[in-house]
Amino acid sequence: MMPSMEFLVATGIGWIAACGIWLMLRGRTFPVVLGLTVLGYAVNVFIFAMGRLWSNAPPIVGSGQPIADPLPQALVLTAIVIGFATTGFVIELALRSRYESDTDHVDGEPEDQPGPTT
Amino acid sequence: MMGLLDQLPVMPVLLPSLTAIVLLLIGDHGGGEHNLRKLVLSSHISIVSALIGLVIAIQLMVQASDGDLMVYRMGEWPAPFGIVLVVDRLSAMMLVLTSLVALPVLLYASGGWSGHGRYFHALFQFQLMGLNGAFVTGDLFNLFVFFEVLLIASYVLMMHGLGRERLRVGVHYVVLNLSASALFLIGVALLYALTGTLNMADLALRVPLVTGPDAVVLQVAALLLLVVFGFKAALAPLSVWLPATYAASSAPVAALFAIMTKVGVYAIWRVHGVIFGDTAGASANLVEPLLLPLAVATSVLAVLGALSAQTLPRLVAWLTVASVGTLLIALGLFEAPAWSAAMYYMAHSTLTGAGLFLLIELVAAQRGEVGSRIEPASPVAQPALMGMMLLLAAASSIGLPPLPGFIGKLMLLQASSGHAQVVMVWAAVLLVGFATMLGLARAGSTLFWHVRSDLPSGASGASAPLVAATGALLALSVAMSIFAAPLQRYTQAAAAQLLDRDAYAAAVLGEQGGAAARTTRPYTGDRGTKP
Repeated sequence: MMPSMEFLVATGIGWIAACGIWLMLRGRTFPVVLGLTVLGYAVNVFIFAMGRLWSNAPPIVGSGQPIADPLPQALVLTAIVIGFATTGFVIELALRSRYESDTDHVDGEPEDQPGPTT
Repeated sequence: MMGLLDQLPVMPVLLPSLTAIVLLLIGDHGGGEHNLRKLVLSSHISIVSALIGLVIAIQLMVQASDGDLMVYRMGEWPAPFGIVLVVDRLSAMMLVLTSLVALPVLLYASGGWSGHGRYFHALFQFQLMGLNGAFVTGDLFNLFVFFEVLLIASYVLMMHGLGRERLRVGVHYVVLNLSASALFLIGVALLYALTGTLNMADLALRVPLVTGPDAVVLQVAALLLLVVFGFKAALAPLSVWLPATYAASSAPVAALFAIMTKVGVYAIWRVHGVIFGDTAGASANLVEPLLLPLAVATSVLAVLGALSAQTLPRLVAWLTVASVGTLLIALGLFEAPAWSAAMYYMAHSTLTGAGLFLLIELVAAQRGEVGSRIEPASPVAQPALMGMMLLLAAASSIGLPPLPGFIGKLMLLQASSGHAQVVMVWAAVLLVGFATMLGLARAGSTLFWHVRSDLPSGASGASAPLVAATGALLALSVAMSIFAAPLQRYTQAAAAQLLDRDAYAAAVLGEQGGAAARTTRPYTGDRGTKP
């Protein structure tokens, strides 16, 4: 039996989200930023899939064909734009933090030293 | 053709965004001293805009106090399909509160802080746009967008002035908020998938119709949103980020952030209080068993944090969390009288919290090298003025009569007297008040009495505009207790209006929405073509 499209998409989203969460739990800013981006992809596909999965159905009324739900597609566009802007910001922030503290650790401290006490 | 007054609900969003664009076009002083003219011009424009914003907000509150729901349909699209802005009593009150915090904070920041980094005023206006937008929107996805607007502005504002500590905490703050945004999107997408709408009025009608296994998924979505809003509001156990972040921020930014936690509370109110309230069918009263214990835990943890705080900003930040805890206790009772108390307490705690953040910086600046650490230092330059202001603010946060903190807590205790959890609520509220008093008394006596006169006292007094801005916030808080009776009538009406879901749906959805469209959504299209 062929696995259904829903099963494949759901598994894919789950796998990508798991990778993103794993990367986000790393101690260096670069994997964390990558993790946020990957998680963002998973969320975007998730929103898209929440309009149900269709084939050969354009989101256009009056074409005589079955119509896909256009709203999640509009929502996902907004989410992509916002995700893009925040990713740009967090990369700049990570670079600035690396420059100021001489380490790319998320706590701003090298691992062999005890953490900040404040 | 609509009259100008009909456009009023969109103004709290449009005005700050246009102001911010103008401020960006004017440009920046470049961080140096050579172009102060632009900085002065920017701060004047920013303050005037905030003043107009306050007038608009008050006008909206006056209109809302008649019980009218002002519905603004973007682009004249009918309600469940287009985006609506809705101003009811609670929204109008939050708009006024935002303006009342923003104006003194802007005055304070113009006294020095706004020159310590770039584009302070433009970012401040973007933050106001996000805050106001979150308070007026009637659509969940739109709420997400305004959350992002206010968060992106807050990321940059939080790091205003830079420095190693701000960047270190800033990385945590940004990463945590971005993960919370991902959860927000998942929750919103699930809600849309199961109900076919994100309009708040429409959701309140459609959530009860979801039954069976779908209702479980719907509840998962609602609980995901509770995690997100609880994170913003600093609900335990998601509250530990707040003290580090607020303590690292500059004083005016921390004071503005005092209202940012309230956005989370407001969103819990709208989504979990109203949509998933007692009319939600299979999902009715979803968070009721969770919210009250978590809120009690929030305030208890927060006062313990306040008692162990080593610096003044940490102390005030923990007290902010404690006030959110008290506020969420009132919200968690899920009754109109308790909600009325919560609204009153929210306004008071925001004003007092913002005033305290400004005040402690004034005090710390007069203590030489010790600064904001709670240790004996040289005497402050203006012990009487600073001491009296701190005493006033402290007495109000503790809840001593006749200050508004007392009235708010009294309203809460009265409202909870018939509730099943009355013992827990009373014990938590009274113990938290007592512990707050201990923490503030310890800090106050160290600051003003336990001084080391052997240290040189070279500090000069605070400048008059800074004192005036701080004093204005504290005076507003006192005014709340003078006008307690009309305010209480207003909050009671606001709580009743929140629970009147039918009137809200009728105003927002009008004739086209609701029952007629109920059968077509969630949109399933032609099932036969599904792959």
